[in-house]
Amino acid sequence: MSKVLMKGNEALAEAAIRAGCRHFFGYPITPQTEVSAYMAKKMPKIGGTFLQAESEVAAINMVYGAGGAGVRVMTSSSSPGISLKQEGISYIAGADVPCVIVNIVRGGPGLGGIQPAQSDYFQATKGGGHGDYHLVVLAPSSIQEMVDLTSDAFDIGDKYRCPVMIMGDGMLGQMMEPVEFKDADVSNLPEKTWATTGTGMKRKKNIINSLFLEASELEKLVLERQERYAEIAKNEVRYEAVDVEDADVVLVAYGTTSRIAKTAMAKAKEMGLKVGIIRPITLWPFPFEAFNNALNGKDKKFLCVEMSTGQMIEDVKLAVGDKAEVHFFGRTGGIVPTPKEILNKIIELGGAK
Amino acid sequence: MTYETIFAGFGGQGILFSGKVVAYAGMIEGKNVSHLPSYGPEMRGGTANCSVIVSDELVASPIITEPELLVVMNGPSLDKFENAVVPGGKIFIDSTLISRECERDDVESFRIPATQMANDMGIPKLANMIMVGKLIKETNMFTWEQLTGAVTKLVPPAKAAMLESNIKALEAGYNF
Repeated sequence: MSKVLMKGNEALAEAAIRAGCRHFFGYPITPQTEVSAYMAKKMPKIGGTFLQAESEVAAINMVYGAGGAGVRVMTSSSSPGISLKQEGISYIAGADVPCVIVNIVRGGPGLGGIQPAQSDYFQATKGGGHGDYHLVVLAPSSIQEMVDLTSDAFDIGDKYRCPVMIMGDGMLGQMMEPVEFKDADVSNLPEKTWATTGTGMKRKKNIINSLFLEASELEKLVLERQERYAEIAKNEVRYEAVDVEDADVVLVAYGTTSRIAKTAMAKAKEMGLKVGIIRPITLWPFPFEAFNNALNGKDKKFLCVEMSTGQMIEDVKLAVGDKAEVHFFGRTGGIVPTPKEILNKIIELGGAK
Repeated sequence: MTYETIFAGFGGQGILFSGKVVAYAGMIEGKNVSHLPSYGPEMRGGTANCSVIVSDELVASPIITEPELLVVMNGPSLDKFENAVVPGGKIFIDSTLISRECERDDVESFRIPATQMANDMGIPKLANMIMVGKLIKETNMFTWEQLTGAVTKLVPPAKAAMLESNIKALEAGYNF
């Protein structure tokens, strides 16, 4: 399979289709609209459903319905639209329905702006909607990785019966890079015995529901779900760690920001500084083990770089504890940090000229 | 080797497409490439620009803050990016639309009346391809064959007439 040059949003949509997604419900918003546009063009040709809902709230509840019927389903939006979807996401988590939710993050809060940001980290990883639940949150840093993770997102959702979020940002959505689609065989996916597919008068009916008025029953379900989260945390953690062991300064960055951090890292190395990077790929479950590995051996400082005023840094601090200093550099509101800004901060921490 | 180019002009001049041609040619040649467009208000009639990286290395940051190459098709873009170009870099100016000269003396600048040439050739929408032709001529990014090969693959076979005029425009720029 040869490479094609594709825009992030379109590549993501194509990857979803190849992963067997035949149902997409969305509502347009910059900088994510090309996902919807691509689905609108493609779905009718392959017997799928594309529906532009009357609102984000409607779209996420259509996802809830389709997911409950056991099909692979996706919705996508950008920050303000994802806020609108939170109620539905909580219901979906509470009903153990798999689905994929894409957030191509833009500056906030409120309507904010349309330029790239990472200021939805808290919302994505710490809840967003109400109740004891988690989303699995995947954060690609290139178009190729976005394509690969889209396929994984559907598999993870089906395996653990949970909603999965792919979190990109305006830059990943809009930029073009060469991608290769690795065709997975989705013709024989495991049967979803819990789905509402019709009993055929042969089995007891399945019910998709998140309302449990009996407290003991609800507690039991929530605790069972926590066990599944523990399984996810055990099996699905992903990260990239480069030159961490010998580093004086370890950068921590995800998505677009990690690429800029890598440029800064290369420049710092040219100056003789010892710099490494930890790039979380799963934001939830957070890759705590990467930090345990990094903390073995010599003293080092951590520098968390984000397109926010500091959100992931809370998890970094949790991971590092009192074993090392944790510093921060961030730009927000749609401003993307430059390699030079990050380099200056590295130099400040690294003690070199 | 890494080539970092910013293409800039008005929305509607085919700025993003010029970048796409270069990125596409890079991809066909097995290079690592990225194409980062401006988006949003700029797409709605204002200025447009894109950052294109063609490299033997993996592309880390797709954002270009200090381009080696700059292709500009309107005055505001020259004003905006002229000082960002690295010393020794090259600036390609559509002189039909930009009357002023490049003010830097530590870069090489080329003035091509691309919009006028395109009008004279009866392909007014392809001034962007004239600029690309000149860009490729003055750098070692691709050979002429590689460039036209890429454009041939990029233009769908159903639009053969379009391909012919695109190549004509590239040629005019390349030979200017």
